[in-house]
Amino acid sequence: MANVDYKIIVGLEIHVQLATRTKMFCGCELIFAAQPNSRVCPVCLGLPGALPVMNRQAVEFAILTAVAINCKIAEFTKWDRKSYYYPDLPKNYQISQYDLPIGSNGFIGIPLPDGKVKKVRIRRVHLEEDAGKNLHTAENCSQVDLNRAGTPLLEIVTEPDINSAEEVKLLAIELQRIVRFLGVSEADMQKGHMRFEPNVNLHIKKDDTEYKTPITEIKNLNSFKVLEKSAVFEVRRQLDEFLESGIVLQSGNKKTFGWDDVREVTVLQREKEEAHDYRYFPDPDLVPVVINEKWLAEIKAELCELPLTMQERFVSGYGLSDYDAGVLTADRTTAEYFDNAVKAGGDAKRVCNLITQTGLKIANEKGYKVSELGISPQRLAELAGMVETGQISATASVTIFEKMMESKNSPQQIAESLNLLQKNDEGELGKIVDKVIASNPQAARDVKSGDKKSKKAHGFLMGQVMQKTKGTANPQVVAKILNSKLNKGI
Amino acid sequence: MNLTDLTALQLRNGIKNGSVKSADATEAVFEQIEKHDAKIGAFLDTFKKDALVKAKEIDEKIGKGEPVGALAGVPMAVKDNMCTTFGTTTCASKMLKNFRSPYNATVIEKLLAADAIIIGKTNLDEFAMGSSTENSDLKKTVNPWDSSRVPGGSSGGSAAAVAAKMCFAAMGSDTGGSIRQPASFCGVVGLKPTYGRVSRYGLVAYGSSLDQIGPLTKNIEDCALMLNVIAGHDEKDSTSVDEKMAPLCDWLEKINRPVTGLKIAVVPQLFEGADGEVVNAIKSAVEVYKELGAEIVEIKMPHFEYAIAAYYLIATAEASSNLARYDGVHYGYRTARPADYIEVYTKSRNEALGAEVKRRIMLGTYALSSGYYDAYYLKALKVRNLIRGDFTAAFEKADCIIMPTSPTTAFKIGEKTADPLQMYLSDVYTIAVNLAGVPAISIPCGFDKNKLPIGLQIIASAFAEDKLLRIARMFEKAD
Repeated sequence: MANVDYKIIVGLEIHVQLATRTKMFCGCELIFAAQPNSRVCPVCLGLPGALPVMNRQAVEFAILTAVAINCKIAEFTKWDRKSYYYPDLPKNYQISQYDLPIGSNGFIGIPLPDGKVKKVRIRRVHLEEDAGKNLHTAENCSQVDLNRAGTPLLEIVTEPDINSAEEVKLLAIELQRIVRFLGVSEADMQKGHMRFEPNVNLHIKKDDTEYKTPITEIKNLNSFKVLEKSAVFEVRRQLDEFLESGIVLQSGNKKTFGWDDVREVTVLQREKEEAHDYRYFPDPDLVPVVINEKWLAEIKAELCELPLTMQERFVSGYGLSDYDAGVLTADRTTAEYFDNAVKAGGDAKRVCNLITQTGLKIANEKGYKVSELGISPQRLAELAGMVETGQISATASVTIFEKMMESKNSPQQIAESLNLLQKNDEGELGKIVDKVIASNPQAARDVKSGDKKSKKAHGFLMGQVMQKTKGTANPQVVAKILNSKLNKGI
Repeated sequence: MNLTDLTALQLRNGIKNGSVKSADATEAVFEQIEKHDAKIGAFLDTFKKDALVKAKEIDEKIGKGEPVGALAGVPMAVKDNMCTTFGTTTCASKMLKNFRSPYNATVIEKLLAADAIIIGKTNLDEFAMGSSTENSDLKKTVNPWDSSRVPGGSSGGSAAAVAAKMCFAAMGSDTGGSIRQPASFCGVVGLKPTYGRVSRYGLVAYGSSLDQIGPLTKNIEDCALMLNVIAGHDEKDSTSVDEKMAPLCDWLEKINRPVTGLKIAVVPQLFEGADGEVVNAIKSAVEVYKELGAEIVEIKMPHFEYAIAAYYLIATAEASSNLARYDGVHYGYRTARPADYIEVYTKSRNEALGAEVKRRIMLGTYALSSGYYDAYYLKALKVRNLIRGDFTAAFEKADCIIMPTSPTTAFKIGEKTADPLQMYLSDVYTIAVNLAGVPAISIPCGFDKNKLPIGLQIIASAFAEDKLLRIARMFEKAD
C-alpha cells in the first residue's frame, strides 16, 4: 500500500421487495419460486389493452418506510414511465417515480461497533415495479419468466455519506432490521428481497492536493458479505488505478462494474456512462397520489418503536450490553418478547440470557421465533426470577425452559415436579455440611490449612454435599456455609 | 319492411316482446354482410355461427319468459382494437394479425352481459391512427354512400357497417375524432363520451389520456341505449370516473325531454376553414335550434387553433410508449431470423408496423426525448390546459357548442394519403374535444351536392351526456 491518505466515499442504492400480498399494479399473488409464468395476468404481461391499478398497500408500506427513515413525505406524487427495451420488461417501460418520489431528505442511523451511531442522509425513497427474469437456458436460447414482473420494489438512495466498506454493510444490515421491524419486507437475502448498488470513489490526499477517483457503480449485489467484499476490493482497485494512472473523476467517466463471486473481483461492465434517455413522462393510465394528513396520520399510527431506539433503550434502561441489546433487536418479535418479559417483572439480564442462550438456539433449530415457542413473557419472567433468586440453577433453567414449551404449568410447578428446586435452607444444609465435615476430617483440615491442598479439598467437600442432596443444594449457599464453618477456627 | 331497417331500440323491443326473433335479425345482417361487405370491407372478422347460436339462446330465453339484458339479441359490431376472447384482436396491424386476447375488454363484457350479439370486428386505421381507415394494414374499407370515398377513420369499419345496415350498432374508439368523423362521413350518429365515462380496460391503447370508447348508431335513442350499457366506473381502469362524482343515469329514459332555456354557442372563427356546403348545413341546423326556442351565443375559443399541434405531441408521445410493447418478444409478429435480441426488436417492429404508426412513434419519441421534453411535450400539456379553459369559459355562457364535425364531407380514397398534414387537418374540429376530455356527438344534418352526408358536432361540458343527447335529439326530432 502506497503511503497516501484517502477517504472512502460511498453512496448506496437499495432495492427492497415489499411484502404485499399482490403485485404493484395487478392482482397476481407474490409467490417465490412458483412455476415460471404461473403468476401472471394481462396487466403484468403487458398485454394489449391491459391497464395498471395501484396497490394501495404497497404505497402505505413505502410511506411507512420513508417515515421510519425520517423522510419528508410528498403530499402529491405520481407515477412515471421509464422507457427502455429489454426482454424481461414486457411493456418496455417500467412504471416508476421520477421527479416526485414518495419520500425525500431523510436519514438513517447506523450503529457502529464502537457504540456510536452514524447518520447517513437519505436522498429519496420511491416505488416502482420490478421486471421479470431472463433465463439463459441453452446456447442461442433465452426464456423469460415474468412471475417477478410487477413486484413492488422500494428504491432507497442514500447520499454519499458512507466512509468504509464496513459502514456499507452495517447500513444494509440496519435497513434490513428496520424493514423487518416495520413488517414491510421479509428482506430475505436468499430470495433477492434486497439488492444493493454501491457507488464508490476515493478522495485521495497526495502532495497537499486532493484527488477524486472516478466513481464506479457496482450492480446488483445481493448479500451483505458480497456488498462489503466488493467495496473493499473496489477501494483497493481504485487506489491502485489512481497510483498507476493518476486518472481522476470527470464528467462521463463513471464506470459500471459487476461482482464476480468466484474470483471475488469487480468486473467492468460499462466503460463510459451511457447517455441513457429513459424518456420519463407521467403515466396517463394512473391517477396521481395525494397523501393527505389524515392518511399519513393513519400510516404513522402503524409505526412501531424502531430497532435502534429499542436497542439504545435496552442498554440505557435495562443495563444490557450493546452486544446483547443488538442480538435481541435483530428481530422485532424477539425484542418485544424480551421487553414484555422484563415489563412483567423479569430481571433484564436473566431474561436476556434465557432468550439469547437458550431460546434463540431452540427457536433457530425449529425455524420459529422465540416468541412462538409457547412460553408467555409472564412465564419467562417467572423463570428468570427463579434463576435470579437461586431457586434453580442455570442448568436447570434450560431443562425447565424446554418443558415449558409443551406445558401450561408454571416454571415453579415444573421445577417441583422434576425436583429441580435448589435447597437454600441454611439450617438444613448446615446439618448436611456438618455430617460431611465429620466424615471427612482430613479434607476439612486441608481446607482449613489454607495451603495448596485447600482448594481441591473444598471442591471435594462441596461434591460430597451435592451428592448427599442429589444435586439439589444451591452450591452458592453450600459454599457459604462451608466457608463459615471451616474458617471459624482460623 | 326489412328487419335491417329497424333501429337497435326497435329491434330490442321487438325481440323482447316476441314479435321479432333475434335469430332472424342476425340472419338478416349476415345476408346484408354477404351481399355488400365484399365491396365495403367494413369487417375484419365475423362470427356468424356463434352469433346465430347466441341469438337462438336469447330467443329461447324470451320464449320461456326468462329475464334478458338491455341489448337482448341485438346484432352489433365492435372495432377491432377492443380485446375479445373470440376471434383475433388485430388493430388492423400486421403486428397483431394473429393475436388472440385471453381476456375481454370491459366494454365487451358489458355488451355480452346485456345480451348483445357481437357479430364481428370492424376495420380501422392501424392502432386507430388515421382519419380515413386507409392506414389499415389488413383491409380497405370504402364509404357505403360512395365507394370511391373513404368512410372516415379511424373507426371507419364501424361507421360503414352501421351505415350499410350490416349491424344495428357498433362500438368505436375516439382519440382525436375517430368516432365522430367517420360517423359524419357515413351519415350515422357517433358519440364520444366524457373521458372516464367508459372503461378503457381492454381497449388497445393509442393515446391513453385521450382514448375513449363510444357507440356509432342509427339514431340518438340508440346512442343513449348503448351508453346506458357501456358507461360506468371500472375498478380495472383507474382513469374511469367514480360514479359518486359523475352519477350514471338512464339516458334513454330522458332522451325525449327537450332542454328548456337552451343556449347554444357557435364559434364564428371556426367556420372559416370549412367547406361552404358544410358551413351552410351547420348554419341551417342553428336555425332549427333557433326555431325550437334556443338562444344562440357567439363565442371565441382563442386556443382552438393550437389543438392539432398539441394533439400530435401528446397523442404521439403516449403512443410511442404505449406501442413499445409490440416488440416481437412476448407476442405478436416476430421477424424470421434475428441475428441477436436487438434485431428481434428492430426488425420485428420495422416489418410489422405501418408507415403512419412509425411516423407517430418517431414523433412521440422525439417529443419525450431529453432536451426536447420541455419545449414539446410539456408545452403541449400547457396548451391542453388553455384549451380546457376555452371550453370551461364557453360552458359558462352556453349549454353546448355547435360546429361541424369535419371541414369536409368524405374525401376520395387516396386524396390525402400522400400528405399526412392534410390528413391531420381533417380532424381540426374534433381534436380539441379530446384534449378537453368533454363529450361530443356527431349527428347527420344534411347532404352536400354529391349526396354525401354532413355531420353536425355538438359538444357539452364534462359528464353532461344527458344534456348532450337531449339537445341532439331535439334536432333529430325537428328534422
